[in-house]
Amino acid sequence: MTDTHAHTAYAAEHPHDTPHDKPHAVPLWLLAAVLLALLFLTFVTVAVTWVDLGPANIWVALAIAVVKAALVGAFFMHLYWDAPFNGFVLLASFAFLAVFIGLALIDSREYRSLENAPPPAVRPAAS
Amino acid sequence: MSDAHHDNHNPHLAHHFDTPQQQFDTAKMGMWVFLATEILMFGGLFCAYAIYRGNHPEVFEFAHQALDTKWGAINTVVLLLSSFTMAWGVRAAQLGQKSLLVILLALTLLGGVGFMVIKTIEYAGKWKHVSYDSPDAWYSLFIGERNAFYQKGGTLVNPEQAKAAKEYVGGHHGSDHDADHAEDQHTPDAPDTAVPTLVPVAAYAMPPAIDRATARPAPIGSLGTAPAYTGEYAAPVLERQLGIPENPGHSYPGFDELHAQDKSRVHIFFQIYFLMTGLHGIHVVIGMGLIFWIMVRAAFGAFGPSYYTPVDLVGLYWHLVDLIWIFLFPLLYLIH
Repeated sequence: MTDTHAHTAYAAEHPHDTPHDKPHAVPLWLLAAVLLALLFLTFVTVAVTWVDLGPANIWVALAIAVVKAALVGAFFMHLYWDAPFNGFVLLASFAFLAVFIGLALIDSREYRSLENAPPPAVRPAAS
Repeated sequence: MSDAHHDNHNPHLAHHFDTPQQQFDTAKMGMWVFLATEILMFGGLFCAYAIYRGNHPEVFEFAHQALDTKWGAINTVVLLLSSFTMAWGVRAAQLGQKSLLVILLALTLLGGVGFMVIKTIEYAGKWKHVSYDSPDAWYSLFIGERNAFYQKGGTLVNPEQAKAAKEYVGGHHGSDHDADHAEDQHTPDAPDTAVPTLVPVAAYAMPPAIDRATARPAPIGSLGTAPAYTGEYAAPVLERQLGIPENPGHSYPGFDELHAQDKSRVHIFFQIYFLMTGLHGIHVVIGMGLIFWIMVRAAFGAFGPSYYTPVDLVGLYWHLVDLIWIFLFPLLYLIH
């Protein structure tokens, strides 16, 4: 029995827990608490737009979204109990996304002067 | 139930896995790798969002007023609730509560239906036809129909503009009915000399409607100062077409306050909006199909404590769809 489960991170954390045919189930109260937290944060992220924080508004909104995503990932998606590698895969995708978007944004402001230049006058081409 | 029983008789255990647990962990890791690729696919659109919002913040602040925060918030709640029922469904499968599992999957599916219905209501309000003869035509750049381009003969073509260009060159001689069908090919009865070639993409910033609406040529090279871009009917038109209040109040810019060039760039916001929410909507539909599939299987008792892998993996997919919406909602609806 232990041979079946000892190599999993979950089993390592819960050596006293049930064998595989009675898998770990997230307690219902925890799922409900996460749902309530997500609904509350949804309200907060809407309410933040009623307050003018200047440029900070977008960062507050993104921070709330990250917290909500972390709640979904950790509890709804079981990452809290999972093998750490799964969470690593998720974080790695975010890291590469940050590299991608960051590199793309490096020079994007260089084009503002071009973009605000008058456009060429183009008429519909008549044959 | 012993391990020997599992290894020898478990119908779900493939021969190349030692144990059901190992098989389950492998499947789950594979699903996570797939979800990572999904995040990277959406990442391209988030990147486009970041670049365009960085370059044209006023366009985003103005155009997002066309999105209804109420519908966006309701859809967020709907998705969160369906994520909850999905997570509860995985728990029910793990505990062998078969009828509860079917009920929870049905509720999750219902959440997906509700989300798509609301999204359809939202899309329908923004994707509508505005005649080039209407005074509203000035502002139809914002509308989804005018954002549709396809490639033909090496040029990007908007069917609406190709049609309007034909009307522009041909005047009112051709019947409007014919013009409706002329977007991608010449109609046989249209005079060849009057049919323009396809409009090159560079022309989209100044559709023929501008000339028709003002009944005089726009000044060369001064799109932003064309007189009809401002004026008394600008705000009512926005209100009618986009639901933007005439006096948006507080900090959001009105159309008249936009930089002259930005007035012709409002469509950028809607292109990004349609692409991001559209790709997300496709994922919702796929997720609904998967949930329906496991719901039917669950009704036949396919899942229980010893085998619930499909329920778990479909759940992960559904949660990822929720996760992406968690970012889309503030970025598109809650711009401040």
